[in-house]
Amino acid sequence: MKIVPRLRRTLTRLTRDTSFLALGVPLHLLMGFLLFNVFGLVWEIIGGGDSTAPVILGFAVALAALCVPALTWAQRWRFRQLLGIAVTDPGWRRPWRQIRYHCLAGVLFGGLEALVVGLLLAGAAAAPTSVWIYALPRPWRIDSTQAAYLSVAGLVVLTGVPALAAAVVRLESQVVPALLGRSREDDLAQRVEDLTESRAGAVDAADAERRRIERDLHDGAQQRLVSLALNLGIAKATLDLPPEAREVIDSAHRQAKEAIEELSDLVRGLHPSVLDELGLDAALSGLAARAPLPVRLRVDLPERVAPTVEAVAYFVVSEALTNVAKHAREATGADVTVALLGEMLRVVVEDDGLGGADPTGGSGLRGLTRRVRSVDGSLRLSSPVGGPTTMSVELPCVP
Amino acid sequence: MRAVIAEDSVLLRVGLVKVVEMAGFEVAAEVGDAEGLLAAVEEHEPDLAVVDVRMPPGFTDEGVRAALSIRRSRPSTALLLLSQYVEERYAADLLAANTSGVGYLLKQRVADVEEFAEALRRVANGGTALDPQVVAQLLVRRPSDPLDRLTAREREVLALMAEGRSNAGIAAQLVVSESAVAKHINNILAKLDLPQADADHRRVLAVLRFLGL
Repeated sequence: MKIVPRLRRTLTRLTRDTSFLALGVPLHLLMGFLLFNVFGLVWEIIGGGDSTAPVILGFAVALAALCVPALTWAQRWRFRQLLGIAVTDPGWRRPWRQIRYHCLAGVLFGGLEALVVGLLLAGAAAAPTSVWIYALPRPWRIDSTQAAYLSVAGLVVLTGVPALAAAVVRLESQVVPALLGRSREDDLAQRVEDLTESRAGAVDAADAERRRIERDLHDGAQQRLVSLALNLGIAKATLDLPPEAREVIDSAHRQAKEAIEELSDLVRGLHPSVLDELGLDAALSGLAARAPLPVRLRVDLPERVAPTVEAVAYFVVSEALTNVAKHAREATGADVTVALLGEMLRVVVEDDGLGGADPTGGSGLRGLTRRVRSVDGSLRLSSPVGGPTTMSVELPCVP
Repeated sequence: MRAVIAEDSVLLRVGLVKVVEMAGFEVAAEVGDAEGLLAAVEEHEPDLAVVDVRMPPGFTDEGVRAALSIRRSRPSTALLLLSQYVEERYAADLLAANTSGVGYLLKQRVADVEEFAEALRRVANGGTALDPQVVAQLLVRRPSDPLDRLTAREREVLALMAEGRSNAGIAAQLVVSESAVAKHINNILAKLDLPQADADHRRVLAVLRFLGL
């Protein structure tokens, strides 16, 4: 058996546990001591005693109040330094949490810690009794049988103390972070705050990326394609070519023009430059005009909203009009209304088709819902059989 | 006839010069920004200016602003604007004072060389050339009005009128006879309650009403 390493491990742990507990005793019991004094003083005042008692009471309470943050700090230090446990800073949003800990739980823990430390000291003193009685002057010496009992009792206590210390340490390490640290509620609130911030960052970054791609395509590929199509057009119009060559150039010209259209569609789907330069109103009229069915557009925006919200609103209308054109049965037209209501941008797209659209179906609608929710917006689709189909989206925006 | 070209993309400018020359113009100057355009118009007094809307330094609406200022200082200069996208406010501004000698086309239309050359000539001769997209976009804004009484076909004819086409051009586009076009136009004029003045004037009025200007 590897008895030596095991013993060494036990000793190391015992040292750590006892120092942790021993340090806890004053930190935990200080508040108990102050409270004890406060109660005594209150008792004194109720009993109509000393006239200086209220003054001293004031001092004691003030001292206790001052001790609360210091003790919290000390406790967090103790956990971090000796156990490597990070107790979150409870902060001052809920001071009662700290006060309650130091006044109630803390006193109980202090008692437990004192008990363990006391047992350890007593055991350590009792175990070697059989040896040290011989150092006493003869009249004070107990007899050797009693000394042997004491030694055995001390050894038993010493054997049990490491487990007991470990148990108390475990109890504290599990309970204290929850009692003294930031509450779950505050933790969640903080987390929500962090997530909201990081999500807004991610959404903005995605938006900026779309914008950058749009600019690159616009300044590069699009110009080049227009120039290519133009040159092919000139060749077609001016060169006297054999029919086969003419056919090839004709086809190349057509393909170049199709490529321009496709690229424009792609760019429009990403993030049209008109959106950045002139805002939602202008971008939507382009969208509405390109729709394969008549669209009536009403935009009532006294000022521009956040770029991210503009982009989402544009995307909503784009997708909704695509859906109307693709799926709405017997739709002959659509109405798009965009208005700023307080701090809410409302986008409504209504068609005059026969309705009956599946509000849950379609990857397009799912993508739309995701995009809307990325800015904390909400989307409602109403499509009773017989029509009309109405999609209404609300996007919060701080003006 | 002489033309000035303002386009910041060198690649495209080279192509534009070729098409403009093909259309029978002499290119007096080619510039890359609005200031250059104003100077060139001042210097060469061209019959036509072909202007990109988005130019340095701001890359927003420099071209439109330059065009409006040319319209004020030298109203006889025909203007054809080219844009990446259609902004109907620009179109409305350009058409507001005077609908003759104005064009507003999407940039990609230059690839249809022959149609584009035709539009250049039309504008230089005092006509209009509006991109179908411009017309469609102006329509989106239109509140409900007598235009709702028009049939789909009449609406199509009116849209083509607004683009600046002649009866023959409309007939060719819709693949119908010219007399059918004339009949549609008469119906349109009647439905829009336009006064019995001379036909051309009523035609312009119909187009203006159509565009909501």
